[in-house]
Amino acid sequence: MTRRFSTPWAIVVLLAGFASAEELRFPAKVEAGTAFSVPTAGSGEASLSIVGPSDALERKVHLGEDIRFEADDLHNAGHYVAILSGSTSESTQFDIYASQQPASLSFFAKPSRLAVNRPNGISGVTYVFDVFGNLILKPEEISFRLADATGGVQSHKATSHEGVAWVQLNSAPKAGPAHFEASLSGVQATRIVQEVPGEPCSIRMTAKPSKDQRVLLQTDPVRDCNGNPVPDGTIVSFTERYEGQVSTVDVPLKRSVAETQLPAINGATITVASGVVLGNEIRWGGR
Amino acid sequence: MNADLRDVTPENPEPRPRRTVQGVLFALVLFLATALLIAVGTIWPNQADSGVADPHSRLMSANSPQKAANDLLQEIMRRDWHSAYELLGNKGEFSENEFRNDIVGEYGSLRSYATMSQFDVQSMHGSGDQAVLRAHMIWTSVVGTFEDSRELRATKNGRRWEVSWPLKKEPRVPPQVIPVNYLRWDVIYRGPEDDWGTQDVEAPHVRIVAMHPVDRAGEVVLMGEILNEDVVPAFVTVKASLLDSKGNAMSTEDAFDKISHVLLPKQVSPFRIDFHDVKLSQVDSIRMQPSSNLVPASADPVIGIESQKLNPLPNASLTGEVINQSGQVVNVAHVIGTFYDGGGQIVWVSDEYPSRALLPGNPVPFQISLPADISSKVKTYRTVATTYIASRIQ
Repeated sequence: MTRRFSTPWAIVVLLAGFASAEELRFPAKVEAGTAFSVPTAGSGEASLSIVGPSDALERKVHLGEDIRFEADDLHNAGHYVAILSGSTSESTQFDIYASQQPASLSFFAKPSRLAVNRPNGISGVTYVFDVFGNLILKPEEISFRLADATGGVQSHKATSHEGVAWVQLNSAPKAGPAHFEASLSGVQATRIVQEVPGEPCSIRMTAKPSKDQRVLLQTDPVRDCNGNPVPDGTIVSFTERYEGQVSTVDVPLKRSVAETQLPAINGATITVASGVVLGNEIRWGGR
Repeated sequence: MNADLRDVTPENPEPRPRRTVQGVLFALVLFLATALLIAVGTIWPNQADSGVADPHSRLMSANSPQKAANDLLQEIMRRDWHSAYELLGNKGEFSENEFRNDIVGEYGSLRSYATMSQFDVQSMHGSGDQAVLRAHMIWTSVVGTFEDSRELRATKNGRRWEVSWPLKKEPRVPPQVIPVNYLRWDVIYRGPEDDWGTQDVEAPHVRIVAMHPVDRAGEVVLMGEILNEDVVPAFVTVKASLLDSKGNAMSTEDAFDKISHVLLPKQVSPFRIDFHDVKLSQVDSIRMQPSSNLVPASADPVIGIESQKLNPLPNASLTGEVINQSGQVVNVAHVIGTFYDGGGQIVWVSDEYPSRALLPGNPVPFQISLPADISSKVKTYRTVATTYIASRIQ
C-alpha cells in the first residue's frame, strides 16, 4: 500500500529520521524507470517514507521481506531520502538518475526570422530528456542540420554538456523558409527559420502619362543586394513636389513592384524611397 | 344668491324665464369674444419667439435672417432632421434624406457618430429681402472636435425669412467590382498545447529613428518617428518615461492616438507624447520603450495624400486631400503630419480626422492646424494616413 503525503509532513519526517542506515540497503544509484527491490531485516510492520526532489511517498512494509519498487514508482531524477519507521527509525539516501535512452529533445532555434547572409545569425540550443522528462546529463552527440530553401545544407555536430548542446549557423544567401533540425538516436525536433531578404539594394522607378491628368509611377522589381525579391507588402513611398505643394503615397509592393498614380504636374519632382533606402528622382516633363 | 335659491325652489317657478335670458346673453358674449380673438390672431400673428418646438411656430417667428438661421441650426443640433428640412427655403432642390446625409455623412463616417456641440451665425451682407450668412458649426466626436462652415442664403418670403441650405452632394460610387489583391498577413501563434520548447513567432523588429523633446507652455512634448524594419506587419506602441537626475521616473506616458499603430514593413510613423505635469528643465534623461507585436494585417487600402500645402498665418495649417486608391470604403481616415525645421529636426506632430468617409477615388479634404509659433519654423513636412474600416474591426 502506497500513500503519497504532503511535503511539509515529509520534511518533518526527514528531519526526524536521520538514524542508523545499516538495515535499510537501497542501491546508491538507480536508473529512472527501473524496477528494483530493497531487502529488510527484522519482523513486524513498519512505515517507509521516501522523499525526493519532486515526489514523496509512504508505504506500510513487513520487515524481513523485500520492498519492491515498480518501474513507475520512482522516476524523477534527483537525490532521495528513505526513512523506515518502526520500533526504531532508520534512514538512507540514494539517487535516481535519468534513463540512458533519450526520448525527446527540446529545441530552441533563434531567431525565428532573420535576414539572409548573416554569419552565425542562427542559434540552436537543445536539451536532451529521457522518457520521464529527466534531463540526461551524460554527454550525447547531437546532430544539427539547417536546410535552406534552395536545398543547401549546413550540418554540425555538438556534444551535450550537462544535458545542453548548442550551435551557431549562418543564414543562407537565398531567402525562404529554412528547416532547422536537431537529432539524436532517432529522436529529432524541427523548427522553421524564415530567412528573409535584406534591405532593398536600389529602387528605380519609371513614370508615364496616364488618364485624367495623372502620371503612372512604377518601380522595377525591388530586390536586396543578394538578388532576393523584397517581400510583398513592403512599403514604398512616392513623393511629388512642385512649388511648395506635395503629394505622397505609401504603396505596398505587389509581386515585387510598387505602382501608383499621382497628379501630372509639369516640372514636378518625383522621388521614391523604402524605409531608409532612397531611389531615383524624376522631373516630370509631361512624357 | 337668494334669487338663485328662489329660482330652484319648486314652489316658485316664476323666475325661470329671467335666468334663461341671462344664460343666452352670457353665451353670446363668450362667442363674440372668441371670434374677436381669432380675428386678431389671424390678422396680427405673434411676432415673438414662442419657444415652442413646433416648426410651424418657428416658421412664423423667423422675422430676421439671423433668426431663421439660428432656428435651422437649433433643429440640426437636436438632430430633428424633419423639422430642420421643413424650415428650408430650397426644399425643392433635394430630398430630406439627401439633406440629412449631407450633415451626418454616409458610409459610417466620423460625422455619423458626432453631435453638434455649438454653432454661431455671422451676417456677411444683405439687402432688402436677401441676406448671406456664415454658419460655423462645431461637432464633437470620440476623437475630438471638427468644424464645419457653410455659407447660408436667406430670402424673405412674405413676412418671414427662409434659409437655403448649400447642399454638398457626396459623390456616389456606381455599383461595380474592384479587384484588390494586395497581400494579407495572418498569424498562427504558439498554443497552450505546444511543447515549451516550441518557439513562438517573433515580434517584429522596430526602431525609433528620431526623437526630440521640446518644452511647450511649461509642459514636455516628446516627438519622434518609429520604423518597422521587419518584413511583417507590426502593431507598435511607444512609451516614454521622463527621469530625474537620480534616475527616478517623474512621469510615464505613451503615444495614444498621435501615432499610426499598425506599420507595414518599412513603414515609418511619427509619434507625439504629451507630459502635462513636468517641465523640461526638471528632466535629466528620457527612457524610450517602443514595443511591437505581430498582428494580422492587410496591405490595402492604399491612401494617397495629394495637394498638400502649408498655409501661412493667421490660419497656419497644412491642407490637402486624401484619396482612397483601393476598392473598399474607408469609414474613418486619420492623417498625421510630421513637421521639420530647416535642419531636419522634428518641431511638431499633429493630426486630423477627416469627417467624411473615403470612397474609392474620391478626394476628401483635410486640414491640420499648426500653432502660430511653430508655423514659422516649419520648412518641410511628411504625412501618413491610417484607415479604419468597420467591417474589419468586427
